[in-house]
Amino acid sequence: MGNWSRFNIASIVLGFGFLYLPIVLLVIFSFNESKLVTVWAGFSTKWYAQLWHNQALLDAAWVTIRVALISATCATVLGTLAALALVRYTRFRGRMLFSGMVYAPLVMPEVITGLSLLLLFVAIGLDRGFWTITLAHITFTMCFVAVVVQSRLLSFDQSIEEAALDLGATPVRTFFAITLPVIAPAVFSGWVLAFTLSLDDLVISSFTTGPGATTLPMKIYSQVRLGVTPEINAICTILIGIVAIGVVVASIVTKQREAQREKDERAAFAQ
Amino acid sequence: MARVASALFSRLVIIIPYAWLLFFFLIPFFIVFRISLSQTAVAMPPYTPVFDLFGGLSGVMEKAREFSFDNYVWLTEDALYFNAYVSSVIIAGISTILTLMIAYPIAYGMAKAPKSIRPTLLMLVILPFWTSFLIRVYAWIAILKPEGLLNQFLMSINVIDQPLIILNTNWAIYIGIVYSYLPFMVLPIYSSLEKMDHTLTEAALDLGCTPFSAFWRVTFPLSLAGVVAGCLLVFIPAVGEFVIPDLLGGSETLMIGKTLWNEFNANRDWPVSSAVATILLLILVIPIVFFQNAQAKADGEGR
Repeated sequence: MGNWSRFNIASIVLGFGFLYLPIVLLVIFSFNESKLVTVWAGFSTKWYAQLWHNQALLDAAWVTIRVALISATCATVLGTLAALALVRYTRFRGRMLFSGMVYAPLVMPEVITGLSLLLLFVAIGLDRGFWTITLAHITFTMCFVAVVVQSRLLSFDQSIEEAALDLGATPVRTFFAITLPVIAPAVFSGWVLAFTLSLDDLVISSFTTGPGATTLPMKIYSQVRLGVTPEINAICTILIGIVAIGVVVASIVTKQREAQREKDERAAFAQ
Repeated sequence: MARVASALFSRLVIIIPYAWLLFFFLIPFFIVFRISLSQTAVAMPPYTPVFDLFGGLSGVMEKAREFSFDNYVWLTEDALYFNAYVSSVIIAGISTILTLMIAYPIAYGMAKAPKSIRPTLLMLVILPFWTSFLIRVYAWIAILKPEGLLNQFLMSINVIDQPLIILNTNWAIYIGIVYSYLPFMVLPIYSSLEKMDHTLTEAALDLGCTPFSAFWRVTFPLSLAGVVAGCLLVFIPAVGEFVIPDLLGGSETLMIGKTLWNEFNANRDWPVSSAVATILLLILVIPIVFFQNAQAKADGEGR
């Protein structure tokens, strides 16, 4: 592939500029002295200091983090099971419906998912609040986990599993001793994806929330409607920072594990 | 014993996520449909109960007579809803085409990049997807405002002498959708281009094809699966998009996601919002089925 032309390079540079410039500008203006978000008036971290005194905001952040931790963990378990069901059991009754239900939430407009879950919670008489948001987040993020884990399972050499089963390991033991360690990086990135999707969600949370449970995106949204302020830029910058660190750490961990696994495999063959 | 455990394990692997999705994803649609047939009431929840699951079959039959399609009649009588559906589909369609036109050269450039830097490029495309959607849309407000950064820049280099009015127009919505959904378009196109056998293009060139027609008659058709997947991944959620038209669009912008949100939050009319959602779902069923088939096919190929 020696013909990486100037046109190719230009479209990549322009494309990535388009993707990153708005975020970079937002971060820069969070350090702006002035209240105006579009006029630079000198470096300042006062907006960050102000955040620490905004109790409502801190409460919302705490709710968001708890929802994200619980929902991402449950979604990872359910999504991994769903991926196993899709890849390992190619024939069972209602498989078409099942795969449909796994893929549809990926593209379903959030207003529909949000409204339908709210009506379900009302119909079964569940008090709306923290737990209804969590249940809603588990439901839509588990499908993303399922897709991530599924792609790893598809490239997995099934004969190792069969060997373990032939040698007398129970399916449960095989799963924990063989399958899970191999798919662990995908399960982990599925968890991170579910966590950030939950952290980010506005529409589904707004529909399924109740009194006393306000998440950070809901808080940001209500402030954004009143206008752009450096304070919001500061919250956004912190969130971007957390996500960026998380993604970088996740990719380093994944890479190291893969390298370790390859080394182990080579060592095993050498013997 | 081990056999029983084995059978139990495989059952559970299927049953647990299946039951969860049935209960939290599929059944709610039937509830939405059910409530769309009920009447608005000043109560909590604000609709008349349509049927009682515990009332037995006779109770259901009795309530079934009270079903009303009034909400659907209402939707056809008020031109607002019809216009909102049409303009949502048009805005989503235009945005999808624009996204494709911007994403294709990026994906093509990535697929042609030296193998060693491809993972980094891939990571760079995925990274913005991890940062908050709301934040990314918000970032554009400061750029597109009349006194915003884009206008400041264009005026400082004397391209324009009057600020462009972009925020609160449909252009801002197109930019917002293209920006937010770009990674969804780039990734499937990239993965289909990367898998492609490049000797085919070389053969076309050797046999006297111009580079343009080699691209158009060989490369592009071979990447069509990725193009279709990308377009559906952008189009379907964009039709029901709420955050982008709400924050970047103007008061005259009609999009059905926003209409549904207002109907629900401002008017507190649950039955009408349910009817709006039911029709939106009917509009999207065909593209969603297409998407599922494309997805299932892609999984089959990976096997």
